[in-house]
Amino acid sequence: MSIRVRYFASLRDRMGRVEETLAAEGLATVSDVWKAVGEGKPLPEQILCAVNMDYADPDSPVKDGDEVAFFPPVTGGQQRAR
Amino acid sequence: MLQQRGVSFGATASFVGTMRDFNEGDPVRKMVLEHYPGMTERHLELIVETARRRWKFLDALVIHRTGEVEPGDPIVLVAVWTAHRGAAFDACREMIEALKSEAPLWKKETLDDGERWVEKNTSGY
Repeated sequence: MSIRVRYFASLRDRMGRVEETLAAEGLATVSDVWKAVGEGKPLPEQILCAVNMDYADPDSPVKDGDEVAFFPPVTGGQQRAR
Repeated sequence: MLQQRGVSFGATASFVGTMRDFNEGDPVRKMVLEHYPGMTERHLELIVETARRRWKFLDALVIHRTGEVEPGDPIVLVAVWTAHRGAAFDACREMIEALKSEAPLWKKETLDDGERWVEKNTSGY
């Protein structure tokens, strides 16, 4: 088991990949997942995240078998209430 | 569907969003709508359920296209059936506004000189 990480829209273009799979060891939160895939760079402010298809925050917990997604603001600018 | 339950709806409000051929000052030739399979549908349902808790409506219908669309093509439909017009208009507006900000959907435009991701919503006016 592991964590499936998916990218959408302009972020996918920037990451250069549609998705990837990570071993869950050592990953406790969404921001840990981002650090593992984003070359250690912090999560860009406007990027939104979801865990198992529900909106999440950088400090939302993740566990083995979860699906984590990162994507730009939907359709437009309205920021989800964090 | 509604007919079997007898005609107790007095009002039907609907909104159709169609693709414009112009955005941010540039002519747009076509557009691709991307969604997050599973999450998008779930959030469309959540939006209807949230509205259903605020207004008593008999039924609602939300359809959103994905994939390639061209100027003039319909993209989204929101329809709601209620006993009275106030709830119909209010619920319809609430659902389309919520859909615009909460449903995971993204638009990539094809312009004369290339492609561009839409970064922000129109304000609605």
